[in-house]
Amino acid sequence: MTVTDLTVVAAGERLRSGSTTSTELVEAVLDRASRTEAQLHAFLNIDRDGALESAAQADAELAEGKDRGPLHGIPIALKDNMCTRGLETTASSQILAGYVPPYDATVVTKMRDGGAVLIGKTNLDEFAMGSSTENSAYGPSFNPWDIGRIPGGSSGGSAAAVAAGSAFTALGSDTGGSIRQPASLTGIVGMKPTYGTVSRYGLIAFASSLDQIGPLSKSVEDAAATLETIWGHDPLDSTSFSGEYPDPRAALSKGVEGLKIGVVKELAGEGYEPDVESAVAEMVEQLHSAGAEIVEVSLPTFDIAMSAYYLIAPAEASANLARFDGIRYGHRADGSTTEELMARTRAEGFGPEVVRRVLLGTYALSAGYYDAFYGQAQKVRAAVQEDLERAYQSVDVLVSPTSPTVAFKAGDRVDEPLSMYLADICTIPMNLAGDPAISVPIGLDGQGLPIGFHVMAPALGEEVLFGVAAEVERLAGFDARPEIPVVAE
Amino acid sequence: MTAYEPVIGIEVHVELATESKMFCGCAVGFGAEPNTNICPTCLGLPGALPVTNRQAIEWIMAIGMALNCEVSERSVFHRKNYFYADLPKNYQVSQYDIPVCHDGFLDVTVDGETTRVGIERAHMEEDTGKSTHVGEGGRIHSAESTLLDFNRSGVPLVEIVSKPDIRSAAESRAYAQELRALVAELGVSDARLEEGSIRFDANVSIRPEGIEAFGTKVEIKNMNSFRSLERAVDYEIKRQVEVVSDGGEVVQETRHWDEEGDVTHSMRTKEGSSDYRYFTEPDLVPMVMGDVWVEEVRSTLPELPAQRLERYVEAGLDSDSASVLSAAPAKLRGVFDEAAVAGADPRAAANWLTGEVTAWLRRTETEAPDLPLAGADLAELVGIVADGVVSASAAKDVLDGMLSGEGGARQVAEARDLVQISDTKALEAAVDEVLAANPDAIETYQGGEQKVVGFLVGQVMRATQGKADPKLVNQLLREKLSG
Repeated sequence: MTVTDLTVVAAGERLRSGSTTSTELVEAVLDRASRTEAQLHAFLNIDRDGALESAAQADAELAEGKDRGPLHGIPIALKDNMCTRGLETTASSQILAGYVPPYDATVVTKMRDGGAVLIGKTNLDEFAMGSSTENSAYGPSFNPWDIGRIPGGSSGGSAAAVAAGSAFTALGSDTGGSIRQPASLTGIVGMKPTYGTVSRYGLIAFASSLDQIGPLSKSVEDAAATLETIWGHDPLDSTSFSGEYPDPRAALSKGVEGLKIGVVKELAGEGYEPDVESAVAEMVEQLHSAGAEIVEVSLPTFDIAMSAYYLIAPAEASANLARFDGIRYGHRADGSTTEELMARTRAEGFGPEVVRRVLLGTYALSAGYYDAFYGQAQKVRAAVQEDLERAYQSVDVLVSPTSPTVAFKAGDRVDEPLSMYLADICTIPMNLAGDPAISVPIGLDGQGLPIGFHVMAPALGEEVLFGVAAEVERLAGFDARPEIPVVAE
Repeated sequence: MTAYEPVIGIEVHVELATESKMFCGCAVGFGAEPNTNICPTCLGLPGALPVTNRQAIEWIMAIGMALNCEVSERSVFHRKNYFYADLPKNYQVSQYDIPVCHDGFLDVTVDGETTRVGIERAHMEEDTGKSTHVGEGGRIHSAESTLLDFNRSGVPLVEIVSKPDIRSAAESRAYAQELRALVAELGVSDARLEEGSIRFDANVSIRPEGIEAFGTKVEIKNMNSFRSLERAVDYEIKRQVEVVSDGGEVVQETRHWDEEGDVTHSMRTKEGSSDYRYFTEPDLVPMVMGDVWVEEVRSTLPELPAQRLERYVEAGLDSDSASVLSAAPAKLRGVFDEAAVAGADPRAAANWLTGEVTAWLRRTETEAPDLPLAGADLAELVGIVADGVVSASAAKDVLDGMLSGEGGARQVAEARDLVQISDTKALEAAVDEVLAANPDAIETYQGGEQKVVGFLVGQVMRATQGKADPKLVNQLLREKLSG
């Protein structure tokens, strides 16, 4: 096992025992990236100097016995829709080319305070709109397990970086599955926390009521360590949760004995690959053997959740993206009037998927259509929440595949937005509900591509969520690593 | 000829003078260097989020309470979407179906007649930045540019919408003035028209008298004084009557008041009504008001002009002097209240304050808060006039002495030798002397010409160098002449 395959927990042990240094870890991931980036394009921007400087500082602090927590001295990556002071942040959009934020997102501040070492900013679908990272204005990312395939999205860059060993852990944002689906497709752990527990301040908004930042990590415990570093009440985010936070580590070794696990009936069948279904079924069986009671649960609203999502998310996006007008920052086109300047800037700066969603959202909010579209979608959203509340009266957690398929081939779905949208069919309901969920790798399909297992819990149910996820991880014993055709040194 | 009735509703925007902006910590203030009170949130930078200013919510509640409104149980913000260069997010955080305050009223009086103007709603929103258009006049190909200042962006703005209950230009003006006075009284805004911290738009329509249905309304903007508001509304009413009388139709549009030309001009008419695509602001959670909070805010309300007027009238002032005093600077009202407590006749105290004291302030260019007069001193002055210690005209000199720091009323009267001779015995001698010197006058009086008493009083006053109490002199003369 090479250094870059270490988990955060294992690397942290070595840092504290003095058998390695943060600088060594950073050099190892930078070296790894230098030999894999040409194939993967996980990063938009690598901050080599900044990383080495932070590593030196972490080493000095750790040597003095100053311990900032589990990510102290650990090389991490950030999805490029989180603002970093002094470091270009584009959300993979042409409209923000060259934009350097004057402030840090709250998660970035927390990462810095936690001593984490930022390696760079990772690629994403433009403004996090997509499921393959092919909607990036700066070119797609590829899957470490098969560089002819996409890594999922929209946090595909973060997923590819962690899966490839170019970062020990990373942050993504999940609006409809954008952390969990790429984690599933790249064989790592991806977790969407309860809405409101991780501050959105400094996250370039896609759909404010759905967006949530979370970890993409090599293990369930690493995800917990990353989550602990970034979450907590933030007065700068009005939707931030101010009550008592659960302990995601409390149940890590508890197992599933006595727990009631619901298998979601609607998240199976047509459109689901047989290898995915059988791997998930096998895991459910193993959980049963491990002492969990298994029941099938029907959540009829899951069938219409996606339609509601594709009205609510674009509606919010249409307003959230209105600020990109060329007036104050970012790309600016010429125009003889202000209106023309704005219109041209937006036409030139936004890619086709962003344009599609802004138009869709604008339409859904328009007078005369509001009730039929946006209003109706909000009712469905409420119904999904009620459906889940009812389900959680009889089960502790729900499970399903994370994605109906394994990683698909690059270019396969680019011209078929609807088939691309289906990639998030299992994950979207949790965003509508605001509930936490996690994807854990459980094996490979016949082609050697990773399959993810989706565990869902009620709001603030991170303790039981991580407990079940850790058991899934133990039962799966998934330890395969992708073989990337690397460029020799 | 058909007679038309004007129907007017007024929208008022009030910038609150809170410590910080509506959704961020930037300072609120007029006159700072451009783009100095700005941050990621009020600049609409990517990723920045709003946090509601609690003080602003309390202040809009206070405004609503002063306008007799109901306070909603929750405050819900919406996004109002439109593209404009000085609107950084290209949406304004505003309120839609649930304003903080709704259904109130404000009584306004014009020429002694009071009208109750209904208040539809008072809602909270954020102000925009300011655009300054710069062009090099005279050159055809001159490059025109626009300067943007975001200091005002995000300043808390309260929009108060009246019901269409106003029926004249004069009432429009009175409503605006009354509202401005109320907001100033609450201390929640600078309420300066010239700085734009309070702004008025009017919706004007006309209908044939006796007809219920409203006519087509025209919105008029850009009135930056009460006078121009009144004139603009007046002009617009006349314009509409003329249009209709000539067989035309009033077009729904926005018109701009041209102060110089004394007319309203049509602004670029928008095709159809704008679609602002309102939806609930997902970055903010609804704020629950709750009875406790509402009552807490209510308990901080100062006495409002209408309440004060009522109190003055109850204290015995006639409605004219009550309204003059009610509109007087706070310092003067404070002196009034103190004087009344010290036992002064309220009418006399009010007359002094709104008359001589106000004149003195103006003459000496003294600001009201610097007035060197305590209520107890005013009460003493009122007292010595009532007791005949000084004459009404001498009392003005006494006041002057008091305000010049010469001491209390009695002290000044004595020092300036203004005390009247009210001693009957001392006066009798002077009366006798005058009568002895004017036998003709006695004859005239006895012949039935009573008017001559006035002449004799004047002689006594002259003999006493004006210090005699004229009432007493009059009385003594009549006794002696009749005796």
